[in-house]
Amino acid sequence: MTAVRTLRGPLLLTASLLVAWQLLHQWAGDTALTAPLPTLEHLWTMIGQKRFVPHVTETGLAFLQALAIAWIAGVGVGVLLGGHRLSGEVAEPILVGLYSLPKITLYPVILLLFGLGMPAKVAFGALHGIIPVVLFTMSAVRNVNRTYLRAGRSMRLTPMQMAWRILIPATLPEIFSGLRIGFSLTLLGTMLGELFASQRGLGFLLMTAIDLNDVATILAIAVLISLFAVVANTILLAIDRRLRRGSAA
Amino acid sequence: MSKAGWIRLVVLVAFFGAVEALCRTGAISPKLIIAPSAMLGAMVKLLASGEMGDDIRQTLLSVAIAMGLSIVGGFGLGCVLYWLPPLRRAVDPFLAAYYSLPHFAFYPLLIVIFGLGALPLIVLATLFAMVAMTMATLTGLDRIPRVLIKTARMQRLSLPAEIWHIRLPAAAPHLFSGLKLAVTYSFIGVIAGEFILSTSGLGHQIAFAYDNFDNPTMYGLILFVLCIAIVFNLLVFAYERRLARQRGL
Repeated sequence: MTAVRTLRGPLLLTASLLVAWQLLHQWAGDTALTAPLPTLEHLWTMIGQKRFVPHVTETGLAFLQALAIAWIAGVGVGVLLGGHRLSGEVAEPILVGLYSLPKITLYPVILLLFGLGMPAKVAFGALHGIIPVVLFTMSAVRNVNRTYLRAGRSMRLTPMQMAWRILIPATLPEIFSGLRIGFSLTLLGTMLGELFASQRGLGFLLMTAIDLNDVATILAIAVLISLFAVVANTILLAIDRRLRRGSAA
Repeated sequence: MSKAGWIRLVVLVAFFGAVEALCRTGAISPKLIIAPSAMLGAMVKLLASGEMGDDIRQTLLSVAIAMGLSIVGGFGLGCVLYWLPPLRRAVDPFLAAYYSLPHFAFYPLLIVIFGLGALPLIVLATLFAMVAMTMATLTGLDRIPRVLIKTARMQRLSLPAEIWHIRLPAAAPHLFSGLKLAVTYSFIGVIAGEFILSTSGLGHQIAFAYDNFDNPTMYGLILFVLCIAIVFNLLVFAYERRLARQRGL
């Protein structure tokens, strides 16, 4: 019963989006927007084609590398800045400032520094994702309840026990929220990077399709990426909620 | 200024000084990065010559319109969702995944609906920026302390008075962070669109300069865009500070 209730909202939303899509198709015509069903069929045939797979792999690899850098480096830097109060205070406004810059304007600079191809995409994706991870981790580490640390010290925990029993459980929920936001932004950055000056990957296919006005392919790729984004996000959000509930109890 | 503030200033000056020195001595090739002072010179020259006047006007106007629409629309949407919890539950997963969707894939569709020119870019940027404001509005309204609302009841405030004197000021900090995000996202939407799919505007000129290895123009324009974004953020930040001080925070 609860499954039905939690699923009802998203299902209704999906259904209304599909109806809106179909209506928009009726109104705008085939040259602007293919109908939902033919688009999905087109996506299916595209996935079956051999030349499609390398593009997906390219984008996937770029995204995974960018994500790994953003997550690992982000948590590392965040822990350091959170642990050392003065450096945290120095760095925080700079990071917030960087976070609110339109980073897309910096993409040509990244291209000049890293050259065309994979490294530039990875760098641009990581650049988008890393700052929220650092900010969230920093605030999580800074806000660890001092009483926990004192309790740990009075029980003479070893540094390993301290990290495993106290620090990680206390900071994980907030850090995970940062990782979740970092995930979305890394995907955005990687995709933006592929749209501009790229020779492979889903973004490149998308740009080629836009140049050729191949509406079915444009929409098929958009649907594919959106599906991935929504599914991944839903999973991360569910984990996030569970962690938060666990920490509150 | 606080100790952290001074250190921050020193760090920033040292960073730009180091880049300047490396560029001037030729350790970094001018094909990659030009010296910060040269960027500034290029920016001043570009602005003084007036050759970018039309592009600057077009981009800034588009960003301003998108910003206005997304702030007003996003706030309105946030309020509607707040008053209608069932609708909100249905839309929630969509909102959470919104920023990982490939918005630029829908640009061809927007061209067919709105024609060529600035209008589809404005629509794209508005769609892109609005949801940040919506989410910030929702967070702000959610986090109003119950005590304040109870106080409003006790004082028998009318609904408009309650909204004006209690709810809006209490939600203001979150509204401001939404505002800043909406500004950034309007810039990203317009400039990324111009980068990829336009024949005029600042984004197009940056991409054009990149394609022609015209680094002074490219860096001058990038610096100009970043300066505008920074000035705008500082204005919002200063206003935020003033509000906080009025409340004795």
